[in-house]
Amino acid sequence: MGETRLDRSPWARFRVDRRAMACLIVLCLEVLAVLLLPLVLDLEPNVSDLEAGFWAPPSAEHLLGTDDVGRDLLARLFSGGRVSLFIGLTSAAISAAVGVPLGLLAGYRRGAWEFWIMRLADIFQTFPSIVLVLCLVTVVGPSASNIVLVLGLLGWTGIARLVYGNTLAVREREYVLAAKALGARTGTILRRNVLPNVVSPVWCSIPLRAGRAILSESSLSFLGFGIRTPQASWGNMIQYASNLTVLTTRPWVWVPPGLCIILTVLCLAGIGDGLRDALDPRFDSRRSRP
Amino acid sequence: MGRYLRRRLLTAIPVFFGITILVFCMLNLAQGSILDLMGEGSGATDADRAALAASLGLDLPLPQRYLMWLGDLLRGDLGVSYANGKPVAGLIAQRVGPSLLLTGTGVVLAVAIALPLGVLAAWKPRSGWDKAASALSLISFGVPGFFLCLAGIFLFSVTLGWLPANGMYAAGRFSGVADLIRHLILPAGVVCLSSVGELVKQTRAACLEALGEDYIRTARAKGLTDGAVMVRHAFRGALIPVLTTILSHIPHILGGSVVVEQIFGWPGMGSLLFSGISGRDYTVVMGVTVVIALTVLLTNLLLDLVYGLADPRVRYGKE
Repeated sequence: MGETRLDRSPWARFRVDRRAMACLIVLCLEVLAVLLLPLVLDLEPNVSDLEAGFWAPPSAEHLLGTDDVGRDLLARLFSGGRVSLFIGLTSAAISAAVGVPLGLLAGYRRGAWEFWIMRLADIFQTFPSIVLVLCLVTVVGPSASNIVLVLGLLGWTGIARLVYGNTLAVREREYVLAAKALGARTGTILRRNVLPNVVSPVWCSIPLRAGRAILSESSLSFLGFGIRTPQASWGNMIQYASNLTVLTTRPWVWVPPGLCIILTVLCLAGIGDGLRDALDPRFDSRRSRP
Repeated sequence: MGRYLRRRLLTAIPVFFGITILVFCMLNLAQGSILDLMGEGSGATDADRAALAASLGLDLPLPQRYLMWLGDLLRGDLGVSYANGKPVAGLIAQRVGPSLLLTGTGVVLAVAIALPLGVLAAWKPRSGWDKAASALSLISFGVPGFFLCLAGIFLFSVTLGWLPANGMYAAGRFSGVADLIRHLILPAGVVCLSSVGELVKQTRAACLEALGEDYIRTARAKGLTDGAVMVRHAFRGALIPVLTTILSHIPHILGGSVVVEQIFGWPGMGSLLFSGISGRDYTVVMGVTVVIALTVLLTNLLLDLVYGLADPRVRYGKE
């Protein structure tokens, strides 16, 4: 069993991991749904249906009812999902794009690079990120692209730390020394010799980072500091529930976006776990549960 | 031990400056800030704005303002609130107690649940305890704190009518410990629930790791019972990684309770921060930032101290 796991490719190992595959499929379906279903079903998130009225309960025409100005809540669920998924995935990609080079530099060059980059990471990590995000978003304005930038640029520390730790170990290896002896430039060594050996934990942490970003965005939007109506987001759809009448008598307004957030974040976590098992055959979560 | 602590303290100080400089610059990037609120229609002329800017010191260059703010801070002066002219230090002093109560209760509850559950889950894999531990970590990671708040209010305040959903006291002021506890249960429960999962997961993982060590085999070989091996040997070996998890989680917990305070109308620093941010009351925001940063760094130092006590290698080792 131990040997056979090693000779398969990571994708082959990921594919047989049933839970991770289920998570991946659900997430893909979700992305397809928010992109295509509004077109197929001809849903408009920002049109008031005055015939249906305000706060209409679920019906055949409006499957999730309407909101305070008669907009279809199902349409808003899809367009909100588009915003939330976009923010989560893009900001995780930005975090990785910033964190990987900084971690590589700090770990490989050591010295002043290491000192400044890691102290900067300390600063970002010791301070509650939601507070920094709140301050920054009020400064730059709460548009979706600004939130992506803020979450992406504040989320690099965890990834940088992973890459940094592994680079410290890899830089002492013989193959790096050999590359140096052959006269390779630092950039080439980092790209060809170091990066491939330190990057696999990054793949596992990107989905987790995306999940955290979705949570941050929805908290911000829920509190009124993130995406604002008329643009929908899962967070600001749940905001209606801070009104006690909506909370108690109209659960169809706030429960579906909440479940969507939970489902998405858990799927991302499942994909992250699956990637970790697939990329590092020595680490088998099933075996660590004897 | 003294040298060890001094070194930890020396690394904490630059981080404190880093955080305050970062937030100070960020808030001041919002050019105009408070002056914007005297916008069109308020009857304010450019001269009025310039006078206000000068009286608040907003016309000076940024580094000079930071140094002045820092000098005031060292004398215990956090400035006055732009919104109501009251000293920020006083505003914060009123809020520190409730915040400490809420976050402290949440953390203590989380640790009190996580440690035994993590040990049990590692001791009896695939048992009910293990399943409870995984379920708890899924909830912690996947369910946003604000949604837990809403679900709690919906279930316990509205449907069952057991617990109040707002504020700290029923009558607006202190009226008995029982009343305070009733108000505390829901928000502290959310703070606990959103941090307990990670702690359980790490405790379980650390115990499993420790169970593979040689000293566990020795302990079993000399005939100790399973329970004694688990608690006295495996758990003690796992204590350091668990402490590390708690340590790295403190910013996350504080951030979470900021949101919880806002939703439950808990009169702590979190709701002060929110009113400061929405009212562009930047002296208040800076004040709260300083207190949060100090809290994080002080708890870090405290845990470093516990590290040193728990593990002699830390005290005497090089780094």
